[in-house]
Amino acid sequence: MSFVDPTGRAIINGLQGGFPLTQRPFHDAGAMLGLSEGELIDGVGDLIEAGQLSRFGPLWNAELLGGGVCLAAMAVPSQRFDEVAEMVNAHPEVAHNYERSHALNMWFVVSAETPERIDEVIAKIEREAGLAVRAMPKTREFFVGFRAEV
Amino acid sequence: MLDAIDRRLIVATQAGLPLESEPYRVIAHQVGLDEADVIGRLQRLLDSGAIRRIGAIPNHYALGFTANGMSVWDVPDDTVAEIGAKVGALDFVTHCYERPRHLPVWPYNLFAMVHGRTHDEVRDKVREIAGLVGALARAHDVLFSTRILKKTGLRIAA
Repeated sequence: MSFVDPTGRAIINGLQGGFPLTQRPFHDAGAMLGLSEGELIDGVGDLIEAGQLSRFGPLWNAELLGGGVCLAAMAVPSQRFDEVAEMVNAHPEVAHNYERSHALNMWFVVSAETPERIDEVIAKIEREAGLAVRAMPKTREFFVGFRAEV
Repeated sequence: MLDAIDRRLIVATQAGLPLESEPYRVIAHQVGLDEADVIGRLQRLLDSGAIRRIGAIPNHYALGFTANGMSVWDVPDDTVAEIGAKVGALDFVTHCYERPRHLPVWPYNLFAMVHGRTHDEVRDKVREIAGLVGALARAHDVLFSTRILKKTGLRIAA
């Protein structure tokens, strides 16, 4: 695992949420972490540069942005796997696609402006691949309090 | 619902906040609002859930959390709410959802994503979930991602 210095650790463990909505938020958040405003700004910049943070700011809830998101799974024969992956990934509405260890071995997320568009994309992938796509839209979301600890 | 100004705020912040002393003032300039309006809107969007949280968004892979296990559970429909709330509250679960079954190929209706540094660590955590769910779980499995085939972040057009 990549090295995280004490400042980086304080930022990652202490600031995965709750960044203040104040005029000098780095100053105010730094005070809680025992860092100066400059140390916090530089520390965040270093973590982003090292790739240890994807970014620093608001985590927007994609579903509330007016569009829809749907997880979908397919059972793809191994000899066709790469070909089908290419077909699926070619759709700009496919945001993520993972190979997973199961008979349903390809798991992807379709996100689009409307639920109708999601259905269209899924139907198109079924036609192109000649394989059934199992749509698994979430029917309920449970609160998660996950914090990556380093 | 989000209005046009909210969408401008998303465009201005989706890649992150400016790493400057007064980041909301910088954003206010970009979107043509007062700093106080930016702060007020972000607070409202946070309260409504349109923003999940504000802060450091870790890259789990770069931090060593390279094992990603999707644990899936077949529990009675009338217990999903209660079990989902308990499982989601565990500090190693990153997402927890109810989803439809696809019988017979897919009997599972509760999904809990578990991140860890190794597959064994993830399996230990899945056992912890199994202990919590107890006899209500008729079946469960854990699917490891063996390859990332595509990964793009959220981007909405300006």
